[in-house]
Amino acid sequence: MKRSKTMELGVGLFMLAGILGLVFLGLRVSGMTLQTPGDTFRLEANFANIGGLKPRARVTMAGVTVGRVAAIELDTDWYDARVVLELDDDLQGQLSRDTTAAILTSGLLGEQYVGLSVGGDPETLADGDTIRDTQSALVLEELIQQFVSNMVSD
Amino acid sequence: MFDNFTGMAEPMSDTPFVAVEGLHFARGDKEIFRGVDMLIQRGGITAIMGPSGSGKTTLLKLIGGQLMPDAGRVLIEGQDVHRQSRKALFSMRQRMGMLFQSGALFSDLSVFENVAFPLRVHTDLPGTMVRDLVLMKLEAVGLRGARELMPAELSGGMARRVALARAIALDPELILYDEPFVGQDPISMGVLVQLIKRLNQALGLTSIVVSHDIKETLTIADYVYVVADGQVMAHGTPKSLDVDQDPRVSQFVHGEPDGPVPFHYPAVDFISDMLSPGGPR
Amino acid sequence: MIQRIRRLGRRGCDLLEAFGRAGIFLVQSAVGLPSREGLYLWVRQMHFVGVLSLAIVLVSGLFIGMVLSLQGYTILVDFGAEDALGQMVALSLLRELAPVVAALLFAGRAGSALTAEIGLMKATEQLTSMEMIGVDPLRRVVAPRLWAGFVALPLLTVGFGVVGIYGGYLVGVDWLGVFEGSYWSNMQASVDFIDDVGNGIIKSLVFAVVVTWIAVFQGYDLVPTSEGISRATTRTVVYSSLAVLGLDFVLTAVMFGGLA
Repeated sequence: MKRSKTMELGVGLFMLAGILGLVFLGLRVSGMTLQTPGDTFRLEANFANIGGLKPRARVTMAGVTVGRVAAIELDTDWYDARVVLELDDDLQGQLSRDTTAAILTSGLLGEQYVGLSVGGDPETLADGDTIRDTQSALVLEELIQQFVSNMVSD
Repeated sequence: MFDNFTGMAEPMSDTPFVAVEGLHFARGDKEIFRGVDMLIQRGGITAIMGPSGSGKTTLLKLIGGQLMPDAGRVLIEGQDVHRQSRKALFSMRQRMGMLFQSGALFSDLSVFENVAFPLRVHTDLPGTMVRDLVLMKLEAVGLRGARELMPAELSGGMARRVALARAIALDPELILYDEPFVGQDPISMGVLVQLIKRLNQALGLTSIVVSHDIKETLTIADYVYVVADGQVMAHGTPKSLDVDQDPRVSQFVHGEPDGPVPFHYPAVDFISDMLSPGGPR
Repeated sequence: MIQRIRRLGRRGCDLLEAFGRAGIFLVQSAVGLPSREGLYLWVRQMHFVGVLSLAIVLVSGLFIGMVLSLQGYTILVDFGAEDALGQMVALSLLRELAPVVAALLFAGRAGSALTAEIGLMKATEQLTSMEMIGVDPLRRVVAPRLWAGFVALPLLTVGFGVVGIYGGYLVGVDWLGVFEGSYWSNMQASVDFIDDVGNGIIKSLVFAVVVTWIAVFQGYDLVPTSEGISRATTRTVVYSSLAVLGLDFVLTAVMFGGLA
C-alpha cells in the first residue's frame, strides 16, 4: 500500500509539472497576458503596398506596442491593401483624425510592424474609422531600382 | 466413432457434465482434431492423455470457449459453450477454473492478490471476508505463509499451487488442468498429485487433467481418454488401458521408445543419406 | 508472374486485415467508462510510461535546446540577428522538435516496454487465464495502458519544450552573451499560444495515440514465444518511428504549410 501511495504522488506531481509547463509556455514563451483581450477597438488603414506585413503583427506608437494587425485584405475599389488594426481601448478618442500609419521594419531583416504617430487635429478617430495618411512599406528592390536609375541619369 | 463409443462403455453415472461431440478443429492447414467425442462425468477425475503435440491444450481451450471449433460442439450441462453470448460465456467461466501449464500468475500482483483477484472481480465481498477466503484457499495448497511473495520469487511448483488456489477461489464446479506435472521435481510432483486428488474429493469437483505424464496421471484418474492423430484412440479406466492390446495404446501407456509411433522423424534411408555425395547438409 | 501478383494481393489483404484488427482492438479497448479500479490501474501505468520516461525526455530536451541555441547563434550572428535566437529556439522546439523527439523517445522507452510487457503476459498465458477467470483483458490490461500513453506523451512534450527553451537560454544568454531581454521578448513577439504551442500539443496528442496504439497492439498480437516478443518489440520502435515522422510531415503541411 505504501508503495502505491508514493506512486500516486509521483504521477500527481508529473501531471502538475506538465500543467505548470503549459502555463510557462503560455505566459513566458508566447507572452500571453492574463487580461481579457475583449477591450479593443478597430481602425482601418489603406496602404499602397504592405511589403511583408502579416496578420498578428504589432502596432506601436513611439515604440510601445498598442495593438496588433487583425486582418489584411485587398481593397478592390482602389486595388490597394486594407489593413484592419485592433488597438487598446484606452486609445479610443485619443488619436487625432490626422494620425499617420507607417509600415516599419525592426532592424534590417526583422519583422514588419505598423507604427502610428499622432497629428494635431482636435477631432479624433472612433471605432471603424479609416486612417487617411499612410506610408507604405519600404521594398528593397524598389529602392535599389531608384538608386540605379539615379546613377544612370547622372 | 461416436456410435462405437456409446456402445463400448457407459462410464460411471447418469448425464455427463461435459460432452464433446464430433469436434473438428484446424489451425491453418494442420488438422488438429478430426471428430473427437468425449463424455465427462460429474465428480470424477478424467484424464486426457496423448503424446506431445497432439493438441491436448487446444482441447482444453475449446472446452473453455476460447477457441471456436470448425465443426461439432461442446456441451456443459447441456449448454453449448460456443453458442453463448459473450456475457453468458463469461458467467459460465466463473464456474470453471483452469490451471495453466505455466501457472499464469499475474506477475504484477502478490500471491495474496492473485488468489483474491477472481473474488474481487466477481463478488462484492467485504475486505475481511476476501482475506479469510484467500487464506483458506492458500492453506489448502499449503502456501499460507507465502502470501506476501511476488510470483517471480516462487519456484515452479509453488507457482502452480498458487495458481491452483486461484483456480478454486470461486469454488468452481469444473477444473481444467493443463499439464500440471510438466517440469516438476519428484517432490512437488507428488504434492500436486495429492492436491488434485484431495481437492477433487473435498470440494466435489469435476476435474479434467490433460497430461502426458502417464504414471502420475493414471494414479489419480477415474477415467482416461488417449488422444492421438486428432482422434480418441482409446478410453477406459486406468486398469483397462493398462492391459489394452492395441499396440499404439500399449506403447504410450508403457512408455516404449519405438513402436507404431516412430522414434525417427520421417527421413530417407540412413545409409543412403550418409553415402550420398555432397549436397546440402 | 501470376504467382507474384497473387502473392502481392495476399500481402495486401493481410495488411488490410491487420489494420482492421488493430482498429477493432483500439475501439474495443479504449472506448468505455473507467471504473474506480480502472482509475487505479491507469495511475500505475501513468507512473510506468510517464514518470519513468521523464528523466530521458527532460535530459534530451535540455541538450537539444542547448545545441539548437549554439548552432542558431553561429548562423544568426553572421547577419547580426542574434537577438532572434529566442524566437528561433522556441519556434523550432514548440512546432517540431518537442513533439517529434519526445514521441521518438517515448516509443523507444515506453512503447517497447509496453509491447514486451503485454507480450510476456500473453506468452505466460496471463491474458488467457484472465479471460478464463471471466475478466476481459482488453479492459483490464490494455485500456489503462492506452489511456496512460495518451495522457503521458503530451505532458512529456510540454516538459521537453520548457526544458529545451531553458537549455537554449543557458547557452545563448549565459554563455554566448545574447541580451536576456531580447531572448525573451523576441520569443514572446513571435510565439503564438494557439498557433505554435497549441499545434505542437495537437501533434503530440496524435503521436501519443499512434505510438501507444502500435506498442500495445504489437504486444497483444504477437506470436507468444521469446523470439516473437523480441521481434514485436523491434517492430514497435520501427513502426512508431516511421509513423511519427510521416505523420509529422502531414500535420506540418496542414498546420503551418500555408494551407491554413
